[in-house]
Amino acid sequence: MSIMEHNGAAMIAMAGADCVAIAADTRFGLRQQTVAVDFEKVFRMTDKTYVGFGGLATDVQTLRAALRFRLSTYELKEERVMKPKAFANLLSHVLYEKRFGPYFVEPIVAGLDDDGKPFLCGMDLIGAPVFCGDYVVSGTCTPNLNGMCEALWRPDMTPDELFEAISQCLLASVDRDALSGWGAIVHVITKDGVTSKRLKGRMD
Amino acid sequence: MTDCTFGFVGQKHKFVVVAADRSAARSIVVFKQDEDKVLELDASKLLGSAGSAPDGVAFTEFIQKNVALYEIDNGTRLDTFATANFIRNELAQALRRGPYQTNLLLGGLDRESPLYADDEASLYYIDYLASSNKVNFGCHGYASNFILSIFDKEWHPDLTVDQAKDLVQKCIDELQKRFLINLPAFTVKVLDKDGIRNLPLAANE
Repeated sequence: MSIMEHNGAAMIAMAGADCVAIAADTRFGLRQQTVAVDFEKVFRMTDKTYVGFGGLATDVQTLRAALRFRLSTYELKEERVMKPKAFANLLSHVLYEKRFGPYFVEPIVAGLDDDGKPFLCGMDLIGAPVFCGDYVVSGTCTPNLNGMCEALWRPDMTPDELFEAISQCLLASVDRDALSGWGAIVHVITKDGVTSKRLKGRMD
Repeated sequence: MTDCTFGFVGQKHKFVVVAADRSAARSIVVFKQDEDKVLELDASKLLGSAGSAPDGVAFTEFIQKNVALYEIDNGTRLDTFATANFIRNELAQALRRGPYQTNLLLGGLDRESPLYADDEASLYYIDYLASSNKVNFGCHGYASNFILSIFDKEWHPDLTVDQAKDLVQKCIDELQKRFLINLPAFTVKVLDKDGIRNLPLAANE
């Protein structure tokens, strides 16, 4: 089994009209055995930027600390909050620094620009970014996630519609993947703030 | 993987139990049957280790001495969350240099800490790849295939110490009946607001 599939993950970030949502499962497993069902994989970087890490759990935790440090240093030096695009570039750089001994994570970044426009970015484990206008996915069931998102995404969704779409995409995808699921959390980011909700899904 | 350490919190997080087997073996030979693998980091922390013995001993003793150093330097004890993060960081840094092949269960009791209610016990499951999770119960090694199911069925948040003793006994009985590797004796330690003590079990008498 690949090292990227050791712990299991599934995450989606989707864009709506002046809002973004990012959702992930909360399973922590060691291969086939589930150890914890409340493992956070999506983290707040700034009020308007969230990042989700899918892949090896130890690197998820290491990267979270490393990025928090880099971001805090930036905010202290620059006396301003980092924009989502700048953050995505920072993350890409941090990953490529380890080009020949990489962090085994494939992150997705979801944020809102200063003018309220959604920003989405997906990356591979060495930091190659792809910027999308609709959705990005990561995890152990990306074929499922891509299929569901392609079917349910439409442009200019309101925050409520976006929440519904991303939740249905995630739950349906993880139900066919043994390594992900066991709970899910969704964050919807709008210019007024962030709403976080836990989804009630199949706990198997 | 043939080593076993397991643990759980009880009574609305008022105590934590950490247990481990007592066999020290290499290949087909058992060296001793009274090895204590549940290290007392200080008066309010237990660290159970499972996995490769040299790494287990070297790393856990390293952690123990650093936890003691922190108390000397700063005049206050690290809380359990901070200790778990310290352990995780050390393992993560070593992971890509010379990894420690040791899985750990950290049980701790905290008072006067911003993260915990007074006298709150917590358990952290830390695997050898340096991922850390706060859990209600956990088990490392092949034994987890047997013990986790027992915990899923029998653990509940309001366990008393007597019920905890029965639960531990159930786990040990199951291992001794169905697990291929012979584990005749276990160290079982309880940590609550009165400190650390051994839990007397029929298997160890």
